[in-house]
Amino acid sequence: MAYRSVIPTPPEAEAKPAPQFDSLRQQYEADTLGIWIFLASEILFFGGVFMTYTVYRAAYPEAFEAASGRLDLLLGGINTAILLTSSLTMTLADDAVLPRNRKALIGWLAVTALLGAVFLAIKGVEYSLEFGAHLAPIFARPFEFPEPHTEQARLFFSFYFALTGLHAVHLFIGIVVVLIMLVLAIRGAPRLEAKVTIAGLYWHLVDLIWVFVFPLLYLAARHG
Amino acid sequence: MAGADAVSDTPLLPAASTLAERVDTLFFTLTGLDALMVLVLSGLIIGFAVYYRRNARVNRTTDVPETKTEIVWSLGLLAVFLAIFVWAAHLYVEEASPLNNALEIHAIGKQWMWKFQHRNGRHEINELHVPLGVPVKVVLATQDVIHSFFVPAFRVKQDLVPGRYRTVWFTPSRIGRYHLFCAEYCGLDHSRMRGQVIVMEPAEYETWLAGGGGAESLPVQGEKLFSSLGCIVCHGAGSRVAAPSLAGIFGKPVPLKGGQTVIADETYIRNSILTSEKQVVAGYEPIMPSFAGRVTDSDLTRLIAYIKSLSGEEGRP
Amino acid sequence: MTTAAVSPPKNYLNRDYGIASWLTTIDHKRIAWLYLVSITAFFFFGGAAATLIRLELATPAADVVETETYNRLFSLHGIVMVWFFLVPSIPATLGNFLIPLMIGARDVAFPRLNLLSWYLYIVGGVFTLAMAVAGGVDTGWTFYTPYSSLFANGQVVLAVVGVIVTGFSSILTGLNFIVTVHKMRAPGLHWTRLPLFVWANYATAIIMVLATPVLAITLLLIALERILGIGIFDPKVGGDPVLFQHLFWFYSHPAVYIMILPGMGVVSEIITCFARKRIFGYDGMAFALLAIALIGFLVWGHHLFVAGESVYAGVIFSLLSFMVAVPSGIKVFNWAATLYKGSVSFETPMLYAMGFVGLFTVGGLTGITVAATAVDVHVHDTYFVIAHFHYIMVGGMVMAYFGGLHFWWPKMTGRMYPDVWGRVAAITIFVGFNLTFFPQFVLGYLGMPRRYHTYPDEFQLLNVLSSAGAPVLAIGYLLPLVYLLYSLRWGPVAGSNPWEAKGLEWQTPSPPPEHNFDRLPIVTEEPYAYGLPKRDSDAARG
Repeated sequence: MAYRSVIPTPPEAEAKPAPQFDSLRQQYEADTLGIWIFLASEILFFGGVFMTYTVYRAAYPEAFEAASGRLDLLLGGINTAILLTSSLTMTLADDAVLPRNRKALIGWLAVTALLGAVFLAIKGVEYSLEFGAHLAPIFARPFEFPEPHTEQARLFFSFYFALTGLHAVHLFIGIVVVLIMLVLAIRGAPRLEAKVTIAGLYWHLVDLIWVFVFPLLYLAARHG
Repeated sequence: MAGADAVSDTPLLPAASTLAERVDTLFFTLTGLDALMVLVLSGLIIGFAVYYRRNARVNRTTDVPETKTEIVWSLGLLAVFLAIFVWAAHLYVEEASPLNNALEIHAIGKQWMWKFQHRNGRHEINELHVPLGVPVKVVLATQDVIHSFFVPAFRVKQDLVPGRYRTVWFTPSRIGRYHLFCAEYCGLDHSRMRGQVIVMEPAEYETWLAGGGGAESLPVQGEKLFSSLGCIVCHGAGSRVAAPSLAGIFGKPVPLKGGQTVIADETYIRNSILTSEKQVVAGYEPIMPSFAGRVTDSDLTRLIAYIKSLSGEEGRP
Repeated sequence: MTTAAVSPPKNYLNRDYGIASWLTTIDHKRIAWLYLVSITAFFFFGGAAATLIRLELATPAADVVETETYNRLFSLHGIVMVWFFLVPSIPATLGNFLIPLMIGARDVAFPRLNLLSWYLYIVGGVFTLAMAVAGGVDTGWTFYTPYSSLFANGQVVLAVVGVIVTGFSSILTGLNFIVTVHKMRAPGLHWTRLPLFVWANYATAIIMVLATPVLAITLLLIALERILGIGIFDPKVGGDPVLFQHLFWFYSHPAVYIMILPGMGVVSEIITCFARKRIFGYDGMAFALLAIALIGFLVWGHHLFVAGESVYAGVIFSLLSFMVAVPSGIKVFNWAATLYKGSVSFETPMLYAMGFVGLFTVGGLTGITVAATAVDVHVHDTYFVIAHFHYIMVGGMVMAYFGGLHFWWPKMTGRMYPDVWGRVAAITIFVGFNLTFFPQFVLGYLGMPRRYHTYPDEFQLLNVLSSAGAPVLAIGYLLPLVYLLYSLRWGPVAGSNPWEAKGLEWQTPSPPPEHNFDRLPIVTEEPYAYGLPKRDSDAARG
């Protein structure tokens, strides 16, 4: 994209560091260190579930593979592509901040949020398919899976809904954050560089988590 | 319940198993070392604080080499700790090791009582009779939540975990009656899930065991169940259904569909009866029905005893 | 806003009155007070449960409360004391107040996040109170499955949600502290010049950030099991109840280091001040804090020696548990060595600090006893373990907390409390504590299991001794409530440095102004530059 916006933008509000900081540089460093630490805690959070899942996967390989085969690989794959693309668009948005390319920033943020929303919509479709096929062992709904793997498949689908559900919640929060960035960008708020960087890091984490969730859940049967 | 707690009234805790004294030696050595360390440290702290109190006119110049001193006491501490670790680990591994020719007793814990079944079929509730000087193996199962089999006089403890069998070994070394406690919180009457372990002379134990009202031995009871539940239809000799033979399988490796191999122990047999589809034997179809809900834990104990007897597994009668 | 002709100097307390100014503050010092008040309330709530427990246990029979109630009481005691008192205690009160002051900053890195932390704590607290009012839980604070997920009748979901929310409060506080210490130190304040209190809270913050999320997910899985019916720990569908224990203790063991490391930081500050001497082995002390934090993540399996983990795993976890005790030993020896050739006085904070060292040593050494696998088989789940952790948590941490409160009270309030009463309370607490908990070591060895409402008669004598100590301890805890409050109004005004201590926090008025320092401090000397020890090599220089 060689197009750069030359439309004059309203002057950004004069940026001053927050009272506890001595300089904008210090504030930026603090902000980025902060988000990295938060990401570390998120990794431990999801890591706990990944670990638990892996223990059961190792204990019941056949059952988990059979259950995994019932997931919609096409929809899951499309969603993976969508999320990876959204990380790209988020990076492009981040790149547009320093050169003050407001139009590009706004555009890419909007696309990112849109891609996130499409992901959630597709996930919703998948969920409804699974509920319809009686593969959702939630709220005492009927669960049907051929013997001999019924009980462990139930375990697999418990993990499926827990993991993808938690991921979806995090993605939703990410979309809200991106939309907030969008509003700030439109208004020409100060310190956009730091804020968009932080939002971007969070978004990339949500993407990264999916990069682990997808093979663990969807690709269990497809190896070798 | 209060009356049922009459126990030998020795002031400290009796050491009633062969390993108990060794545990005590370790425990009291540790306690002694702890006390020594606390005395030394408090002595130093109070001593220094008083000697060097604010207005005392004493020499306060020093050139104690800090790092060297720290290294010395860290290494010293480490050495002592490693020695204790090795001693304890050694004893622990021994505690957890199977005893040869052990008398096997099955225990089932459930909210909030203990049930014990001896090999000859005699069972008891909240009491466990064992013979002096004979190695005992208790196979522990629970019907609901986690419990813990704790006999302080034996210095023995093992949790009962739902879905598996655990084992604990000990050799009683002192006649008497000792407390049995449940040591893992299991709900409302956890503190009332208590009993007594009664150690008797071997001859008396035999008498007691035989006085069980003529109950049949566990393997015989198991054989009857094997028939009445229909197991014999598929697993018996001459069956036209393709089902693995059970003769001689106990304790041996079993190849499963999917490539793994497991040892046919109590847990394996239990799982095969309850959820056979989880571990289908290689070369067979998963057609064995589940007996979950149709067999009690006591039934499982009897069936397992029967299948063991097909391997010539001899426990004491 | 006061406009009297001769008004007291503006400080963080009097610059604004009114509850709204407190509830919307982003000043770390005020947030510290918000925590202090709420933590104190929870402390007495958990203490009330303990009082009832000790009252009941004075007799073998169940004659004070019903068994259902007793089981809920000990669970409430654990949940409240661990998550609503011990975990936040020093970091959220003293840490919040002092860390920016000690590093010469105007506030923490993220003041609004700081306030959010407190609100999360309160929301978690509300859930917990709701749980208690709606009937409580009887799972113990450890929530073992399958009892908690499939069998328990109480308010497990409320309890678990309360803890998860408060856990996020912890994570955010930890995050704030790490960034503050990394990015906001005054010029000249290198890492090697940081007070050990800062190091201690820094190490604690790392544990908070990395361990608490695992607790969150573990408890969330229980909640999902109860609400949605998914059976991750249900043995009937192939779930493993022992896996829960691994996940739970992966957090809860590091959590005990969250609870003790800040106390160690406080003790280093107090001992150096009242012995007028540099800490012995500063590098070793800082290193020990980090080593405890790191190794603390590797020992969780020592809670599962008889729970179903393999003998090999047990041996490995035992070895690592012995390792983690070595840095603690270094700290204890170094504190003693700090007194050597010092110039010691015995004001209230010093009494608490000395009490800490002794009692923590007992607790820590009995930790060695339980780390010895063969012994733990006997004493696991008995009163021996209860005594062990109360020696560390109460004999150690609570005493350090009180010591810290008494040390920095003049800084926080500008007032001094009557030292005589301070010492009376400290000694009362020390005596009451030992009376209450020492007999429990013996009880545990003799075989009395924990979480027992009724017990065999032969255990009564020791239980009576323990219950007799409890009121003494309670009086010890109530006394400071009285005289500290008294000092707020009638205590003598304290200057900026009544203890003549080193440390940046003492270089600013008491109470500090809103932005902490009127002028940016620049650090040129090493920490604890009290002038002692005099080295032979500098004796000539005098």
